[in-house]
Amino acid sequence: MIAESGHYALVLALGLALIQSIVPLIGARLADAALMNVARSTALAQLLFVGASFLALVMLHVNSDFSVANVYENSHSMKPLLYKITGVWGNHEGSMLLWVSILALFGGLVAAFGNNLPLSLRAHVLAVQAWIASAFYLFILVTSNPFLRIANPPIEGRDLNPVLQDIGLAVHPPMLYLGYVGFSISFSFAIAALMEGRIDAAWARWVRPWTLVAWIFLTLGIAMGSYWAYYELGWGGWWFWDPVENASLMPWLAGTALLHSALVMEKRNALKVWTILLSILTFSLSLLGTFLVRSGVITSVHAFATDPTRGVFILLILCLFIGGSLSLFAGRATSLKQGGLFAPISREGALVLNNLLLTVACAVVLFGTLYPLAMEMLADFKMSVGAPFYNLTFAPLFALLLLAVPFGPMLAWKRGDLLGVMQRLLAAGVAGLVAIAIAWGWASGGATLAPLAIGLGVFVIAGAITDIVERTGLVRVPFATALHRARGLPRSAWGTAFAHAGLGVALIGIVCETTWNSEHIATMKQNDVAHIAGYDVKLDGLFQRQGPNYREMIAEFKISRDGEAISVMTPSKRSFTTRGSSTTEAALLTRGASQLYISLGDANADGAIAVRIYHKPLVLLIWWGPVLMAFGGMLSLSDRRLRVGAPKPARAKQRLQPAE
Amino acid sequence: MCRMMAAFALLMLLALPAAHAVQPDEIMSDPAREARARELSRELRCMVCQNQSIDDSDAPLARDLRLLVRERIAAGDSNSQVLDFLVARYGEFVLLKPRFERQTLLLWLLAPLLLLGGGLALWLQIRRRAKTGADAPAPPLTAEEEARLAALMSDEAKSS
Repeated sequence: MIAESGHYALVLALGLALIQSIVPLIGARLADAALMNVARSTALAQLLFVGASFLALVMLHVNSDFSVANVYENSHSMKPLLYKITGVWGNHEGSMLLWVSILALFGGLVAAFGNNLPLSLRAHVLAVQAWIASAFYLFILVTSNPFLRIANPPIEGRDLNPVLQDIGLAVHPPMLYLGYVGFSISFSFAIAALMEGRIDAAWARWVRPWTLVAWIFLTLGIAMGSYWAYYELGWGGWWFWDPVENASLMPWLAGTALLHSALVMEKRNALKVWTILLSILTFSLSLLGTFLVRSGVITSVHAFATDPTRGVFILLILCLFIGGSLSLFAGRATSLKQGGLFAPISREGALVLNNLLLTVACAVVLFGTLYPLAMEMLADFKMSVGAPFYNLTFAPLFALLLLAVPFGPMLAWKRGDLLGVMQRLLAAGVAGLVAIAIAWGWASGGATLAPLAIGLGVFVIAGAITDIVERTGLVRVPFATALHRARGLPRSAWGTAFAHAGLGVALIGIVCETTWNSEHIATMKQNDVAHIAGYDVKLDGLFQRQGPNYREMIAEFKISRDGEAISVMTPSKRSFTTRGSSTTEAALLTRGASQLYISLGDANADGAIAVRIYHKPLVLLIWWGPVLMAFGGMLSLSDRRLRVGAPKPARAKQRLQPAE
Repeated sequence: MCRMMAAFALLMLLALPAAHAVQPDEIMSDPAREARARELSRELRCMVCQNQSIDDSDAPLARDLRLLVRERIAAGDSNSQVLDFLVARYGEFVLLKPRFERQTLLLWLLAPLLLLGGGLALWLQIRRRAKTGADAPAPPLTAEEEARLAALMSDEAKSS
C-alpha cells in the first residue's frame, strides 16, 4: 500500500506541476490576480505530495519491504537504521526523488515567503519552477520509478554499496542537491525577467539571498564530499578531478561568479545582461552535472550506449531547458537597458575581473570534463584529462583570482584609487612576503612554488583582515570606538571578509598537504615500529570483530612522540558478506590542523599486514576554508539589507503597524 | 565486447574503495628511482578506473602498470621514454596530462584564448561606453511599485 500511495502522490504532484506550468502564465497575460495566485497554492500542494512520496520511500526502506525493487536492490534487514534511511538516496531512483523533493521545497519556499514579490513576477517564477519540476517528475515516472514492485519478493535485500554506508555520504547528497537545485530559483527569476522584459536592481536583491543559500549548501556539500573521499577511500586523496566532482565544481564556480555579478547589479544597476546569462548558465551546469552523474555517460561511453533510455531522457531535458533559455536570452537580452557607468579601476571593475577569471576557470573544467567524451565520439580518439592537466591550467587562473581578491572589497564603487588601495594593503603584502620567506627557509629549497602559494594564502587572509581593520579604523581611533564601529558594520562586510579569508585558509591547507605530505608504506608485524614525521607508530596487534552487517579486522597502533604515549589508533578493514566487497576504515589522529592517517592493506598468511601511514600537515585547513566561506555566506545572508528580499521580518513589522 | 568492458569497468569501480595503491613489495630499493616511479605513476591513468592515477588505484591493472613503470626505470629508461613506451602500448588514454598536439590543441589553448578574448571584449565595451557616455536612466516605477515604496519608506521612518 505504501509504495502505491507514494507512486500515486508523485503522479498527483506531476498533475499539479502541469497546472502550475500554464495557469499562472495565462493569469499574468490577462492580469488576473486569482489565476496568478493559483501558482502559490499548487506550489505548496506540490511540496506536500512530493514530500509524502519521499516519506513513503523512506518508510519502505525502514520497514525493509523487499517486495519493492528499489529496497531489495539497496537495503538489507540487518543494516543500521541510519543507513536504512540514507540508503534512500544512495541509489539512482531515490536520489532523483530527493532531487525533485528539494525542487518542490524551494518552490514552496518562494510561494510561502514571496509575498512581497510583484504578483506577476512570482507567477512567472513559479511557472518556470513547475516546468522544471514537470520534466523531472516525468523522468522519474517513466524511466526511474522507485516504487516498482517485484512479483516474487525475495527474503533478504542485496544491501547498500558498503562505501556509501557512512555518515559523510548520508549528509553529502542532500547538501549538494540543496545547492544544485537551489540555483533553479535564480534560473526561474532570470527566465521570468526575460519573459516580462523587466529587470532592475530590485530583481537582483530578490535573487541574491536565494543564490546565496544555494551557494552555501553547495560549498558545504562539496567540502563534505571531499572529506568523505579523504577518509573513506583509504589513501588520503581528497580531490581527483573526476567528472563527478567536476560536475559539482562547475555550478559552484558559476554560482560564485553569479553572487558577485548580482552584487554589481543590485548596487549599481550594471551588468544586467551578464547576470541574467550567469543565472541561466549556473543552473544549466547543475542540470549538466545531473546528466553526467545520472546517465552513466562518464563511467564509459559504452555503458551509456547499452542502456540509453535514462541518459537520452535527461539529455532531452537538458537540451530543452538550456537551449530554450539561451534562445529566449538571445531574443530578449538586447532589450535590457544597461545602466551604471564605471571606470575600469573600481569595485565594479574588480568584480568584472572576478567574473572573467571564474568563468574561464569554469570553462576549463567544463572542457576538461567533456573534451575526452567528445573526442571519443567524434574522432574515435581515446584520451584522458586528469589532475596534472588541471594543475597546469586551473591553478594559475585561481592564483590570479586570489591575487586580486584583497583589492576588490577595498576599491570604491564607480572610480577606485588603485594606488591608495595598494598602500593600504601594504601590511598584508608584507605579511605575505614574510610567510614566503619563512616557508622557504623552513622547507630549505625543495619545491619553489609552494612557499609562493603559501605567501598568496597569507596575503588573502591578511587582506580580509585589513579590510575589516580599515572599515573600523582599528589602528587610528580609540579601541572602544573601533569596537562600536565593528558592531555597526553591515553583516555582509563581515561575510565578505570571512569568505575571502576562507579562500586563503583552504589554499594554505592544499599547498601544505600536497607538498609536505610524508608517507610510510610497509608490511608490519606485531611490535614493529614505524617512524614518520617525528611520531613512532607501533603495531600492537590484530583482532577480528563482528559488526551488524559486516566483519572487520582491526589493527591497534600505539602512537608516541619522543617516548611519550599520545594515543591509540585503530584502522580496520570491513568485509560485507552480502555484496562480497570490503571497505577500509582509515584511522585519523588530529593534532592541531594536521593529521596522522593510517589505513590497512592485505594481511599475509604469517600475520604481517600491509600498512600505509601518512602524516598530512595542516590538512584540515582544506575543509576549514570552505566552512569559513559558508559561514561568511550565512553572515551575509543575515544582513538586514538582504531581508528586503527574504521578507519575513519586514512582514512582521508591517503587522505591528497596520496603518499603511 | 563493449558490454563486457563496461561490466568490467563497473566491477573495478565497486572494487575501488579497497584501494591501497602502492604495495610494500613494489617499492624500488633506490629512493631516487622510486621517487621517479611515483612521479610518473601520478601522470598515468589506471585505465579501468574513473580518472584515477595508477599511483592511487588498487586495481590489479594499476599494479601491473606500476610494476611495468618500475621495470622500465630499472632498465635505464628516461621519464619520457617510459611514457612513450606506455603510450605505444596503451594509446594516449593512459596519459592523465594529454600531450600538446593537433587533437588536444583546443583543450590546451582554451584558457589563454578565453582570457584574451574576454579581456578584449571588456576593453572594447569600456571604450564604446566611454564614448557614448550617458548613464541610461532607470525605468520609471509602476504604480504598484510606487505604492510599495511609499509603504516601505513610512515603515522605515517609523521604526528608526
